[in-house]
Amino acid sequence: MADISNSTSTNSAQAVKAGGLMAWLEPQQNRILVLAALAGIALALPLILNNYAMEVMSSVWFYVVLCLGLNIVVGYAGLLDLGYAAFFAVGAYTTGILTSHFGINFWLTIPVAIFFSICAGVIIGGPTLRLRSDYLAIVTLGFGEIVRIIARNLEITGGASGLIGIEKPSIMGFELNEIQHFYYVFLLLAILACFISYRLQHSRLGRAWQYVREDEDAAEAMGINRVGIKLYAYVIGAIFGGVAGCFFAAKMTAISPETFMFQQSVLILLGVVLGGMGKIPGVIIGAFALVLFPEVFRELGSMRILVFAVVMLIIMLYRPEGIWPAKK
Amino acid sequence: MALLEVKNLMLSFAGLDVIKDLSFSVENGSIASLIGPNGAGKTSVFNCLTGFYKPNDGDIIFDGNRIVRKKPHKITKHGMARTFQNLRLFKSMTVLDNVMSGMHCRTKAGPIAAVLRHGAQQREEAETKKFCQECLEFVGIPEFEDHISSNLSYGNQRRVEWARALATKPKLLLLDEPAAGLNHDEKQQLIALIKRIRDELGITILLIEHDMGLVMKVSEKITVIDYGQKIAQGNAEEVQNNPKVIEAYLGKEEEEIA
Ligand SMILES: Nc1ncnc2c1ncn2[C@@H]1O[C@H](COP(=O)(O)OP(=O)(O)OP(=O)(O)O)[C@@H](O)[C@H]1O
Ligand SMILES: [Mg+2]
Repeated sequence: MADISNSTSTNSAQAVKAGGLMAWLEPQQNRILVLAALAGIALALPLILNNYAMEVMSSVWFYVVLCLGLNIVVGYAGLLDLGYAAFFAVGAYTTGILTSHFGINFWLTIPVAIFFSICAGVIIGGPTLRLRSDYLAIVTLGFGEIVRIIARNLEITGGASGLIGIEKPSIMGFELNEIQHFYYVFLLLAILACFISYRLQHSRLGRAWQYVREDEDAAEAMGINRVGIKLYAYVIGAIFGGVAGCFFAAKMTAISPETFMFQQSVLILLGVVLGGMGKIPGVIIGAFALVLFPEVFRELGSMRILVFAVVMLIIMLYRPEGIWPAKK
Repeated sequence: MALLEVKNLMLSFAGLDVIKDLSFSVENGSIASLIGPNGAGKTSVFNCLTGFYKPNDGDIIFDGNRIVRKKPHKITKHGMARTFQNLRLFKSMTVLDNVMSGMHCRTKAGPIAAVLRHGAQQREEAETKKFCQECLEFVGIPEFEDHISSNLSYGNQRRVEWARALATKPKLLLLDEPAAGLNHDEKQQLIALIKRIRDELGITILLIEHDMGLVMKVSEKITVIDYGQKIAQGNAEEVQNNPKVIEAYLGKEEEEIA
């Protein structure tokens, strides 16, 4: 019995290698199987991991949300955004200010943060999305820096030292204060982000993004308002970043402008491009690589950044489409 | 009644006149052609009509609306669809997805509907799919709906473009050299298709074409331009016998030979 199951499993493993993992993932039930198994593992991780590993894994889920958010802008709509950390900052500061200065309940700050994220998305996206992609990159870069500098210089945002004493949220009297709690919160957010991304990708709007990405003029000729469609992507990406920022502030209980530097935007963009733009599993892998790589190679000290850069270069040279394989 | 009226259209690039004081009209329910030698400005006229070029002067009235200087997607929504002289398919997408782009301006599900997938959204998606399959059926390639569009033969890729334009539910269809690159059989099928689009779907057609046989066979009214100016107008016979037209074409040929 053990023999048979063993041989079939090696057989199927070979089949997977030969026929390609992608082919095996094609049928819906296989995909659901894999997703269920992964979700099971993710849910069970707190039982076996120590606190340090939990911190790292929470950070992974957190970056999954940010990368999926930026993926809507970069991967789906094909816009280069170098200032994504700004939206993350908008969410984090909204929660930080409202809870620490005004004593407002954490959960109530989320809709406010969503509102501000939408405003920020429209203000920056509205006038700039008509620009060519390379100009857009520069404008978004500038926008990211402006938001950080504003946060650094206003009194309400706590200036350069930032905000401290942000209250931990609670659900029905149960305070979220341990890393395990936040692990599950970020896992839930990541799953929600995947779900929303998937549904958007496979919709009228998702198709429109792809039309515009492939041929803007043809898309426009087919009656698609390219500026409007891009603005949607920009604003939805902003909401992802904003909401992630709310939970980031709640977990850290302190935020400072240095969290939202240009490097942060680049890091998130790296995750998106590394795994494979526009592909949800790819972006998730990218987020994992982003967080895990520096942790795994901690002994290397400052050399690890160099090693990271080299690995990145190699991946981009040999897999310009990202780690995750392209369809067909 | 004229569905499309072009009045004193002017267009220039860097001081060079591409279209000069051009006026013509297309009757509702007709099949009309715009012909002229290479570089006469035919595609530029289409680009002005569909909003891709902003004319320097003149007026374009389509279905009672002034559409000059409007955005291309707005004009498509008003009911004007086009195909491109060089294929402009969404290459890595399936044939059906390509055609579904045409229905975009006739549907409205936004991001919230996409995430919730409520009844109205599902109905809209199903209707979109069904209508686009009908469009593919109409142009004769229903069996290719799941193929990646760039894997199709050239002739079939042309058909995808026609189906995509039909999916916008247009009143007026602009075809820019639809017969270019087609073999004899495919041209015959194209002639039949153009007539069916008008007769069965009631869509008015304006086409640019170099294949004079095809033009003379299908068009009820022909406008001839050269150097951006109208030099003749009329039915096939009138145009064929017009000395200015003969000169424009022969003159060009001599230049090309020389
Ligand atoms: N965007 C542009 N910028 C500058 N010149 C242009 C532009 N578009 C067209 N032209 C010029 O306008 C003239 C007419 O071009 P157009 O493409 O309209 O000709 P056409 O009649 O469609 O020719 P063909 O039969 O070869 O397709 C050409 O001389 C071309 O170089
Ligand atoms: Mg042309």
